[in-house]
Amino acid sequence: MDLSELTSGSGEWLRGCGPEADIVISSRIRLARNLADFPFISRASNQDRGQIEKTMRQCIFGIKESGELLYVDVEQLEGVDRQLLVERHLISREHAESQGARAVAIDRHETFSLMINEEDHLRMQVMQSGLDLQGVWKRINRIDDLIEEKVTYAFQERLGYLTACPTNVGTGMRVSVMLHLPALVLTRQIDKVFRSLQKISLAVRGLYGEGSQATGDFYQISNQITLGRSEEELIQQVGDIVPVIIDYERQARDFLVKESHENLHDRVSRAYGILRTAQTISSEETMHLLSSVRMGVNLGLIRDLGIPAINELFIHTQPAHLQKLTGEQLDTADRNIERARYLRRYLNKENGDSRADKN
Amino acid sequence: MKCQQCDKPATFHITELSGGKPQELHLCEEHARQYLTQSSGEPAGVSSMAAALAQQMVQKMQIGQTAEELAELDQQSCPVCGITFYEFRNQGRLGCPHDYVCFQAQLDPLILNIHGESEHVGKTPGRSSQGSERRTQLIRLRRELKEAVGEENYERASQLRDDIQRIEREKT
Repeated sequence: MDLSELTSGSGEWLRGCGPEADIVISSRIRLARNLADFPFISRASNQDRGQIEKTMRQCIFGIKESGELLYVDVEQLEGVDRQLLVERHLISREHAESQGARAVAIDRHETFSLMINEEDHLRMQVMQSGLDLQGVWKRINRIDDLIEEKVTYAFQERLGYLTACPTNVGTGMRVSVMLHLPALVLTRQIDKVFRSLQKISLAVRGLYGEGSQATGDFYQISNQITLGRSEEELIQQVGDIVPVIIDYERQARDFLVKESHENLHDRVSRAYGILRTAQTISSEETMHLLSSVRMGVNLGLIRDLGIPAINELFIHTQPAHLQKLTGEQLDTADRNIERARYLRRYLNKENGDSRADKN
Repeated sequence: MKCQQCDKPATFHITELSGGKPQELHLCEEHARQYLTQSSGEPAGVSSMAAALAQQMVQKMQIGQTAEELAELDQQSCPVCGITFYEFRNQGRLGCPHDYVCFQAQLDPLILNIHGESEHVGKTPGRSSQGSERRTQLIRLRRELKEAVGEENYERASQLRDDIQRIEREKT
């Protein structure tokens, strides 16, 4: 199994199925762990990093349950391939951009990834399409147990799992649910939602995590606190709030359908029209328009396109994916042309109409 | 009302309650989104938040401490990994598990500030935490071994090698 096999698919988290999949894109949990007998990454020598990588690699391959693994030496990877993994949420931006020995192990279905030598020695995550935090927790807890049978984690009775940054100490756990909330954005209620979340110490981030803009109306809701609450409590805190936000989003969609049906239908149709005919288009505009189209499909305003196809387009039109799919290195201007071409081809093929491409 | 950052009409009216007195913001959709995702999205990563908190904490301590005392604190270093307190508060990242022990007095208030709690109640690994702390000593021993070899102090080096092997062999 190699990297090129990844490119053409879209991975588990964009499969577009599972509970509440019209609004919940994915459920994800990550755990931060460190080996007890090595310095944290900021103090680790090259030799330490190499040793940590080797120890973790042997440990991961020793786990039978992990099945067929793709083990990627991130240090040796080309920039575009690192970016590809970031776009697929398999490694963090920090992991892609840092220096020195580091790696990631990914399973065939892209449901889990184990980053070695990120901010902590080990950052493992399990992702699943739709809303299923319990299922995700069960899986990652099991993987954590299996790894822990073979290595000694840095752990203290009082403070729990010790992490490089005190913001992660304790459980080392971040629970996130990615939501698509176009109607809350459109009806300008999203800030109200944000503020109420901050009050109960939940964080809201964009599609690509820390510091990223909320492009395509995607928002990740996650816990900020990691200490003093059990894993189950942290999961429940996020798990309890998500149905409330889903409900708000549905109400906002109902409101739009009832109160401004023509405007909504117009917006969705225009977005679809631009995506099917544009000759050059930025990644940002693409995300923005795909977001409208996605909502249009969910509301039955567009009937010749499925959610998995749209999810795939969200990923395939990102810069690194576009370059891997065309097999060429492209600058921004060329990417915008190629992206428009890709969208026309995909969307006009999808509904059996190739006229637009001939224009 | 116009957006405070451009000429579009302000459709978002935000009252920021964090930090001192309430602050009123009037923004258009685009700038509001930018503002909200920035303020809630940890703009430069979690670590910078820790660094900011650490700075804040030092400012608080300044009230009760002299500059010399502070300078002294900054100089304090972890016997295991060698990181100084100054280095930690600059980068917001710790150097090794033992830092949580040796900088406990400074870290505990910071941790309480971040999490609102001071004790772990979640999952516990199957191995003992004493075993974990003992293995952390390997970081120091390996560092000292390297130094001993560098100084051609082979007697000390072989002693250290024995110590390391003994801990490595222990079933934790």
